[in-house]
Amino acid sequence: MRYLPHSDADRQAMLAAIGVGSIDDLFADIPKDLRVHGLDLPGAAGEMSVERTLGRLSARNVSASSVPFFVGAGAYKHHVPATVDHLIQRSEFLTSYTPYQPEITQGTLQVLFEFQTQVAHLTGMEVANASMYDGSTATVEAVLMAHRLTKRNKAVLSGGLHPQYRAVVESLSPMAGDTVEALPADPDATEDILASIDAGTSCVVVQSPSVYGHLIDLAPIAAKAHEVGALLIAVFTEVVSLGLIEPPGAQGADIVVGEGQSIGNALSFGGPYVGLFATRQKFVRQMPGRLCGETVDAEGRRGFVLTLSTREQHIRRDKATSNICTNSGLCALAFTIHMTLLGQTGLARLARINHANAVKLAESLSALPGVTLLNDSFFNEFTIRLPSDAAAIVEKLVTKGVLAGVPVSRLEPGKPELADLLIVASTEVNTDDDRAAFVAALTEVLA
Amino acid sequence: MSMNSQGRPTVAATAATSDLPDTFTGNRALQIEEALLFEVGRHDVSGVDLDEPADFTPRLGKLARRQPIDLPGLSEPETMRHYVRLSQKNYSIDSGLYPLGSCTMKHNPRLNEKMARLPGIGDVHPLQPLSTVGGAVELMAELGRWLLEMTGMTSVALSPKAGAHGELCGMMAIKAAIAAKGETRNIVLVPESAHGTNPATAALIGFKVVTVPARADGTVDPEAVKALLSPDVAAIMLTNPNTCGLFERDVVEIAAAIHAAGAYFYCDGANFNAIVGKAKVGELGVDAMHINLHKTFSTPHGGGGPGAGPVVLSERLAAFAPLPFVRAGADGPVLVESEEALLPGETPFGRMTAFHGQMGMFVRALSYMLSHGSDGLQQASEDAVLNANYVRAGLRDLMSQPSGDRTCMHEVLFDDTFLEGTGVSTLDFAKAMIDEGYHPMTMYFPLVVHGAMLIEPTESESKASLDLFIATLRDLVMKAKAGELERFQQAPRFAPRRRLDETRAARSPKLKWEKPEPWAEAAAAE
Repeated sequence: MRYLPHSDADRQAMLAAIGVGSIDDLFADIPKDLRVHGLDLPGAAGEMSVERTLGRLSARNVSASSVPFFVGAGAYKHHVPATVDHLIQRSEFLTSYTPYQPEITQGTLQVLFEFQTQVAHLTGMEVANASMYDGSTATVEAVLMAHRLTKRNKAVLSGGLHPQYRAVVESLSPMAGDTVEALPADPDATEDILASIDAGTSCVVVQSPSVYGHLIDLAPIAAKAHEVGALLIAVFTEVVSLGLIEPPGAQGADIVVGEGQSIGNALSFGGPYVGLFATRQKFVRQMPGRLCGETVDAEGRRGFVLTLSTREQHIRRDKATSNICTNSGLCALAFTIHMTLLGQTGLARLARINHANAVKLAESLSALPGVTLLNDSFFNEFTIRLPSDAAAIVEKLVTKGVLAGVPVSRLEPGKPELADLLIVASTEVNTDDDRAAFVAALTEVLA
Repeated sequence: MSMNSQGRPTVAATAATSDLPDTFTGNRALQIEEALLFEVGRHDVSGVDLDEPADFTPRLGKLARRQPIDLPGLSEPETMRHYVRLSQKNYSIDSGLYPLGSCTMKHNPRLNEKMARLPGIGDVHPLQPLSTVGGAVELMAELGRWLLEMTGMTSVALSPKAGAHGELCGMMAIKAAIAAKGETRNIVLVPESAHGTNPATAALIGFKVVTVPARADGTVDPEAVKALLSPDVAAIMLTNPNTCGLFERDVVEIAAAIHAAGAYFYCDGANFNAIVGKAKVGELGVDAMHINLHKTFSTPHGGGGPGAGPVVLSERLAAFAPLPFVRAGADGPVLVESEEALLPGETPFGRMTAFHGQMGMFVRALSYMLSHGSDGLQQASEDAVLNANYVRAGLRDLMSQPSGDRTCMHEVLFDDTFLEGTGVSTLDFAKAMIDEGYHPMTMYFPLVVHGAMLIEPTESESKASLDLFIATLRDLVMKAKAGELERFQQAPRFAPRRRLDETRAARSPKLKWEKPEPWAEAAAAE
């Protein structure tokens, strides 16, 4: 087996040095009647064979780059510069552990410090952590943090929150002692969330752009929340939007969480992604996750360490702020490198291209008979109402070689009033030809 | 020396001066100092060429950004050099033995990286039509099939994003199962040697954690468990093999007692790599166990993730597996994403994460499994255990083991008794290993052992590599005993940084770059 260095002679010599007769002697603590002798699995395979097996599975999927592609709703097809994928595969980043020995992991630590700074600047917040698993788990961690900070237990969720994020919160928070008030799906952005905020509210969770693409003015929601002593948790699933829209921090958010996949990370069928988590300095000791901080070494040179670890599970155990340990280090590295390549000028331009492409597409699609655009405002994603079941139309468009978007019924099944809605995303990867193909295919399907 | 109860020094290392000559740059040949991005980047530079879009009418309402983004950029060559230089300040498995106990730093095959980048794997969206991702769902089903065969369990929840997330998934399933029976059990038993994530997870969802004392050798005594059982006990969270590197030999008796009390058995699978192909946890009475794909199945640690923590479940918990899950169907596997798609008897407790889990890790882990095959997986476990015992045999006469010299599993645990009277702490000893070119072992864990040093060499190390490692540690022990105190207290001397002042970092946390005040910049320029 190519990954195992020992020859049989090595093994025999080592057993002799240990002072046992056979390998079985080393497993003597496993009760004899429970020992396994052979698994019902195939035998070893060489590289070529593994490539063939997995290549066949891969070939049965339609990749985003191979077709006009408009699928979003929480994960986005963006172009990632070649430099990013090269750098994250460097051995010293890829095959290093969590930086518990700072003298020999300054590379990872400095990257985390840069990542935290980038996320804080982007979101308009004072402090960010070293990453969470993804946007959805960051959201529920924010809800739990708000509970600790306010000593209250009612979380109010906007109907514009991604339904799968909502489900994650609804699964965990009640087990942690919260009551969750989730507002109904809000494809028109007409909900009155202020009415749900009261003196028992720990936090109100609002996504902007919402899962239906609407840009939400967070300032009035923050004002109402703060008036009653609740916290505003702002959520985003498309981090590129922050290149063009007012950051949540400037709109009064207390905790900002989001999905960072769009920058540096592949779609990869849903993971691994990278959760972004930022808040105010005064809340830092209630933050979940790892934090990297600046310090000096014994010679007085600047260096970085993991810090404030008395919040964390390996020190505080059942009193920790979260159970999170391994997070999304390499995805955060990819984010940081891509963001470094972009810089603010590149990010702003990338955001403008995304927005321009979405505006052009929205205009073309909503000009089709029977198609209505639901959004007044949007960034690179919007929702249209189709004349009939959106999932069925999407399937027909698949046969015409177009991946058109996410039917709302995929996220909110069993709600007939939402069945005709389609969430459509357009990014910098879409060309004029892609848009034309989508419009032509939809025209045919609707005819 | 002032120490805490685990033998960790509580006083920061004293300031040191380098005995090396200063250089103008601060560089030391291949060790190149690298400023922060915010110090070298410029706000008008970008390393990505994008065309400005033609004029259009924005649809941002009144929410167009007014604040500056304040993010510097670098050109492509500058970016490359910046991050390559940073990378060179890291230790990695690819460069040397990485004996972190409980962390399983084994070889990360590059074939797996290549497979994760196949267009039909890396470039598919989690919400594109299911008719266009049949191969991806098949891959999830295949991974599940392998995991179930290796564990002898009934069903698998693939979506948890890391080990601790898997623990949470398993404990949420247990909480749901208890609620379904109309019970209100609120106590979870956790041995004192457990990973911190165990009590943190149980407490997160409202359980009260009660600690189970360990026997002298670090294993759990079934009688100690039985003494704590009551109708309020929901579960036990047991790591097996445990964090002392020992197989819990009474696991079956413990499981039986737990089940007889109406409680559930959660197994922390962090050390599953020792027993793949040797024992099936389903036959040990386990009800739920997470599997760290980034430990046992070699997906790269990436400097702190991403991981993946699928959870295998027994028949008692299978129905509670969270959405989404893969169900076998007549026409192939089906991805079940919503309650609307459930069949009778399927009662998921909810959802752990958006989408379907860490596909990028699933494919790497499956690539590893396919490469090894049945025999190779068993051989990997055997070699991991062989290597740990070989290290034990090579050091047993010089280093102290907390419960005497006995066979271990995939990792060997030493305490700091052998350093008594030398003035050298476990921390000092570990830092001296850095100067010898090794990453230290896990220190001060498990907490039950004073000055713990937990060494896990993994199956990836050759005999020659282990021989040099053993010889190096023997030499360090001799030097400690010979009174070469300064060598240890000053270590590391040859790393990119000397010891870092963690107290200062925590006292006045500086968690992001701040632009220096103008007067400070002016002073620095003088």
